[in-house]
Amino acid sequence: MSRYTPPEQSKAGQVFDIAVVVVAIFVALWLPLKLGLAGAAKSIDALDAKTWEALGQNPTMASIWEKLGYTPETAHDIIQNRFHYVIDWPTLIIMAAVLIGYFVFLFRASDREYRDVINEKFDDK
Amino acid sequence: MTIALEPAAQGDRVSLLRVLGPAHVWALGVGIVLVGEFTGWNFSADKGGALAALIVCWVVGLLYTSVAMIDSEVTSTVAAAGGQYAQAKHIVGPLMAFNVALFLVFAYTMLEVSDAILLGDTIVAKAGVEGLTHNSFIAATIVVLAWLNYRGVLMTLNVNFVITAVAYISIVILFFSVSPWTQGAVLKLNELVTPGNALPYGWIGVIAAFQFGIWYYLGIEGTTQAAEEVRSPARSLPYGTMAGMITLLIAAAMTWYVCASMMPWEYLGITYYPLWDAGKLTGSPLLENLLFVATLLAALASANGCINDAARAWFSLGRDRYLPTWFSAVHPRYRTPYRSILFLLPIALAFAFIADLNQAITFSILSGVLQYTFMSINIMMFRRKWPLGSIRRGYTHPFHPIPAIVLFCLCVVTFFAIFLGFGSQLIAMVAFYFLISLWFHFYRYKFVRRGDQFTMPWPKPQGY
Repeated sequence: MSRYTPPEQSKAGQVFDIAVVVVAIFVALWLPLKLGLAGAAKSIDALDAKTWEALGQNPTMASIWEKLGYTPETAHDIIQNRFHYVIDWPTLIIMAAVLIGYFVFLFRASDREYRDVINEKFDDK
Repeated sequence: MTIALEPAAQGDRVSLLRVLGPAHVWALGVGIVLVGEFTGWNFSADKGGALAALIVCWVVGLLYTSVAMIDSEVTSTVAAAGGQYAQAKHIVGPLMAFNVALFLVFAYTMLEVSDAILLGDTIVAKAGVEGLTHNSFIAATIVVLAWLNYRGVLMTLNVNFVITAVAYISIVILFFSVSPWTQGAVLKLNELVTPGNALPYGWIGVIAAFQFGIWYYLGIEGTTQAAEEVRSPARSLPYGTMAGMITLLIAAAMTWYVCASMMPWEYLGITYYPLWDAGKLTGSPLLENLLFVATLLAALASANGCINDAARAWFSLGRDRYLPTWFSAVHPRYRTPYRSILFLLPIALAFAFIADLNQAITFSILSGVLQYTFMSINIMMFRRKWPLGSIRRGYTHPFHPIPAIVLFCLCVVTFFAIFLGFGSQLIAMVAFYFLISLWFHFYRYKFVRRGDQFTMPWPKPQGY
């Protein structure tokens, strides 16, 4: 197999490639934050009676809350702020498909590139 | 021990220095991870309750034991900077290697961001001064640690060893100070974790808790980044990594026991400082201040190790021409990948100011889990392409393929856990990796020399 000689990349091309990667990193990490997609859905199950008992806290728990500086009123939003786990099947299926598709592409494309590497490396000898 | 750094002679190829021993490998791994005991793991209690946090502590501990076993075998054999990146390059292929390097850079940079936010918030909380914000503390942390990394790996990891050891000892001191063998005096586990509140969301809460359970140990695999700078990779890497994992399992168990026995799970799940709070609740000013200082030290050690690891992964990409070769420069005097260190600095700073702690942790976890999924498949391919006996391995992990299968299954569960809270972020990140992979495969790879990527003195892999 003939040895592959890569083209020389100009300085401007190198700078452009760096810019592409940086922009992609920021878009991937920043966009979900900007669009408010990050973070799990929690909501407060409000109670009318704001007492330690109504909040499901026994005397030991209540004494610790108080030691931490909380009253039943101020602790209410922490204690009653709960997750509501719901399996959204279409999103789950999309996520699974995206993940599987990604890994399949990675391994297949990598294998094609790897064969070239091995052929060049070992056919030289 | 000190080693005088001589500038490389003109015309010499400048390489990273081999100056590290097993203690530095331990300091790198445990230093990155230990902050997880000071914050982060407790968010798993929020997702599933106190008992869920304990269950994931053990089960995720099993995941990371598999990671450490697999990593020790592959890295003691593929001893090159970039760690898992170098493994992927030799075992799976260039595109996978490119992605793995990005997983590493994202995981460590976002972990560094989380550490800096934690450090800033902790100082602000301690100061209690109205109007004081964490911004200046975050910026100072990131810049000073980048400078330390710029100046040399030996000094960086010596510092890490000391501050990690102090932070670890503080957990041990707290544990023995609260009379762990007696319930009712300081610790009140039976009254705080009851049959009625142990699993408030049932078993789905346990699965959801996996997301932050990862934080107990995330980053231990970073030990492999030092592969090109340890004096004896075959001995130091497995020894340092496994010792680190044992250390962390003990710390995680002690941390859960003390914190779950001192705070209601609803509070434990939202506090940013579970160990510091535990120190406060003992009523001892000495313990309170010790845990405050230890929280800062753990955050510093972790950020320090993360800068070290992220820069080496980025440096490796440049050295193989996967990214412009400009990044592959080694400082002629300090022998560090200084351009990579400097390049990643503003990215870390930017995200420290736009993400909150919870989100930065999730970004890091997402990249980590993608990487562990790769590792479970990678070890199977490694054993198939170079069966035992065909090449010299520094360490051979036992019970293959059970650790790989366990790791893969736990990764699937963790993906589901992430879906329960951060599914949109996961899809966005995978979409990013997919698009950047297309860019690499169809455009960037043309600048890469083919055969030169394979640098190990191994025979041709089986099946090729």
